[in-house]
Amino acid sequence: MQSPQGVRPPYTEYDEWFSDQDAARLSKKSKEAEAFFRRTGITFNVYGASDAEERLIPFDLVPRIVSNKEWTKLSKGIDQRVRAVNAFLHDIYNRQEILRAGIIPTELIAKNDAFLPQMMDFVPPGDVYTHIVGTDIVRTGEDDFFVLEDNARTPSGVSYMLENRETMLQMFPELFSKIKVQRVSDYPKHLRRSLASCAPQGCSGRPCVAVLTPGIHNSAYYEHSFLADQMGVELVEGHDLRVVDGHIAMRTTRGYKTIDVLYRRVDDEYLDPLTFNPNSMLGVPGIMDVYRAGNITIANAPGTGVADDKAIYSYMPDIVEFYTGERAILKNVETHRCSEPQTLKYVLDNLADLVVKEVHGSGGYGMLVGPAASKKELSDFAEKLKVRPANYIAQPTLSLSTVPIFTKKGLAPRHVDLRPFALVSPNGVEITPGGLTRVALKAGSLVVNSSQGGGTKDTWVLED
Amino acid sequence: MLGKTAGGLYWMFRSLERAENTARLIEAGFRIALTRSNDAETEWKSVISTSAAQIAYEQKHDTYDSAQVVNFLLREADNPNSVYSVVKSARDNARMVRTALTTEVWSAVNETWMLFSDLLKNPVHETDLPGVLATIRQQSALVRGALHGTMLRNDIYDFCRIGTFIERMDNTARIIDVKYYALLPAPSFVGSRMDNVQWETILRSVSAHQSFRWAVDDDFNASAIANFLILDRRLPRSLSFCTAQIVSNLDYLAEQYDARMPCHDLADGLRARLKDRDIASIFEEGLHEFLSSVIQDTANLGFQIEQNYRFNN
Repeated sequence: MQSPQGVRPPYTEYDEWFSDQDAARLSKKSKEAEAFFRRTGITFNVYGASDAEERLIPFDLVPRIVSNKEWTKLSKGIDQRVRAVNAFLHDIYNRQEILRAGIIPTELIAKNDAFLPQMMDFVPPGDVYTHIVGTDIVRTGEDDFFVLEDNARTPSGVSYMLENRETMLQMFPELFSKIKVQRVSDYPKHLRRSLASCAPQGCSGRPCVAVLTPGIHNSAYYEHSFLADQMGVELVEGHDLRVVDGHIAMRTTRGYKTIDVLYRRVDDEYLDPLTFNPNSMLGVPGIMDVYRAGNITIANAPGTGVADDKAIYSYMPDIVEFYTGERAILKNVETHRCSEPQTLKYVLDNLADLVVKEVHGSGGYGMLVGPAASKKELSDFAEKLKVRPANYIAQPTLSLSTVPIFTKKGLAPRHVDLRPFALVSPNGVEITPGGLTRVALKAGSLVVNSSQGGGTKDTWVLED
Repeated sequence: MLGKTAGGLYWMFRSLERAENTARLIEAGFRIALTRSNDAETEWKSVISTSAAQIAYEQKHDTYDSAQVVNFLLREADNPNSVYSVVKSARDNARMVRTALTTEVWSAVNETWMLFSDLLKNPVHETDLPGVLATIRQQSALVRGALHGTMLRNDIYDFCRIGTFIERMDNTARIIDVKYYALLPAPSFVGSRMDNVQWETILRSVSAHQSFRWAVDDDFNASAIANFLILDRRLPRSLSFCTAQIVSNLDYLAEQYDARMPCHDLADGLRARLKDRDIASIFEEGLHEFLSSVIQDTANLGFQIEQNYRFNN
C-alpha cells in the first residue's frame, strides 16, 4: 500500500477511511466475519488432517486494491494468454504444428502424463478447451506483472472471490458508497451463460448444465455446491449419472434426464473408469465415448493439463507468440528446467536462492523455497532433485510486492498473489474484474496456498 | 430433482426427527430415574429397546445404569442412533443437498451441528442434562421453523415432510408397543401405581401429558390413552395424524409429477387401517399385533418411497 512516495494511489481513499477506524471495532468485525464463514459452512477440508475435518481459510479484512489502469493491462494480458492456451490445446490434439515447427520438444508432450491420446483428432463443442481459467499472477513493481501458473484444469477459489466481497459489503457498507469498486457478483450468471453457449450442436432448447463433484469429502466441496446453487443447476456425483441412449443422463425423481454441459470438478484420471483409472468411483463409465460422439460438453475438456504443466510453462512466451503473432503482454518468471544437465548443475549450485517446484505439483505441496529453507531441507531436496531431475523446475525468488494485512499490532506487509478468473466461450473471453487474492500470513513467507496456512482477501478493481 | 437429493432430504429430516425423539425418551426416562429410582433400570431398558438399540447396547454394556444409558443415547459415536450420530448424519445430508435448501434451513442445521459437536464433546453431567435436552428440542424447532417459513412448497418440501412423518410414525408406534401391556384394558391393574407411572411416561415420551388433560375429557385410563396416541387426529404425534400427513404429502407429489406410484397405494392402505376405527376394535385385533404390523408397514412404505423416487438407483 506504501511506496517511497507515500500511499500508492489506488489506496488513497481506503487509507483515509482506515485512519479514522478504531482498531477494537475492526477486530470485532474480523471475528464476526469468521463466525459468518463458519455458520455458512465456507470451509475446506485438509487432506491427511484428522483433528479438524473442515477448516476456515483465514480472511483478512483489508482489501487488495488494483487501479483500473493496472487492471486493463492485466486483463489484456490474461485474455491473450487464455486464447493462446486454447489454440495450443487445439493444435496439440490435432495437427501439432507447434511441434513440427520445433518450438516445443516433442517428448515434452509425448512423455507428459497430462497429455491424453484419447483427445487426438477431436474438437470439443465450440472449439473451447478451457472454459474456466484461473491465472496466478504476482506483481513485483509498478505495472510489472508475472504469471506464475496458468491453471487450465479445474481452477478453484472463485467462491472466495464472491463470498469475500459479500462479507466486505456486509461489514463495511460505507466503504462501498465512498469508493467505486467494480462488481464481481455477476460471475455465476456469466458462468452459466458461458457454459450453456458451449453446448453440443445437437442440443435443442435450453441446455441442461450440471456441476460434477467428487462429493462432500472433497476439499473444495463448498465451492462446488455454491456454484451449482448460484447458477441454479444440479450438483451431481458420478453415481447419479449413467449413459442413456448415447447421452449422459442424471437420475432424477422422475426418471433420467439428459445433461448437455457438465462442469466437472473431478480430475481427468477419475472421469471415466472405462478409459482412465478403472478403480474410480467418482466418474461415469462411458462418458468419454459420449464425449467423442459429440453428445456432451465437458468443462474443462479432458487433457487440458498439458497446457498448465510447469515444464510447458517455460515455453509460454513462445506459445503466445506462435498462436497470436504478438509478444506476450504478461511476463513469465525465468524458469530453469532441471531435466537439462547444465541447468541442473546451476540449480544445485544456487538452491538456496531458488524456488523449486514439482512439474505436476499443485497446492504448494512438495516445493522448496530456498531462502526460507534450513541447511538440512536444502540437502535433502538436492538428493530428490538428483534422483528425478525431470520432475522439477526452478525459478528465482521474485521480490514480490506486499500488501497490508490487519494484525493485532496494526497493519503489516505480507506477500500476495492474485488469481483472476476467465471464462471462455465461442463468443470470446470474459474476465471478472477482481479475483482471488491469496496472502501468506506468516511474515516474510512466500507460500500463499490455503493448505499451507495462507489466507484470502477481497480484491477490488476500481472503476476508474 | 435428483433422486439422490430426494433421498438426502428425506434422511436429513428423519435424522432430525430421531434426534428430537431420542431427547424426549431420555427426558421421560430421566424423570423416572429421579422420581422412582426403583423403576429406573426397567425404564432405561425399555427406552433402549424403543430406540431399537438393545443389541448394540448390550454388546457394550452389562447394566442399565442411568449415566451409561444417557451417554449411549446422547453421544456415543458407534451408536448410529445417538443424538450425536443422527445430527451429524442430518448435517452431512444437508451438505449433500445444500442446493435444495434455503440459506436459513442450511444455517439452522449447520449451527445445530456446530452446537452439538461442542455440547456433546464430553459426557454430559446430570446437572446439565435438562439444558442439553431442551437445546435439542429448540434446535429441532429452529430447523422446522426455517423449513416452514422459507421453503417453496414443492417436491423438495414434500420429501422433507415425508421423512419427518415416517420417522415420527415409527417412533410413536414403538413407544406404545414397548409398553403395550400397560395399556391393555385389564381391570385388575387399573389405578395401580405401576400403571399410572407407565401411562405418564408414555405420554411424556410424546410430549402429550399436558395436552391429554386438555384434549381428552376422560380420566387417565388405558383405552383413552391408547385412543389418543393412536387415533386422535389432533395430536401431532398420533399414528392417525402421521399417516394423514404422509398421504397428503405423497398426494402432492403425485399431483406435481402427474403419476401415482405403488407407494401411494401402500400409504392409502396404512391410512385405511386407522380411519374410522375405534380403539376397542384395535384391542380386539390385539394391540401388540396391531402395532407390530404398523411398524412393519411403515418400514415397507419408506422402502417403497425410496424405490419409486429413485433415491439410490
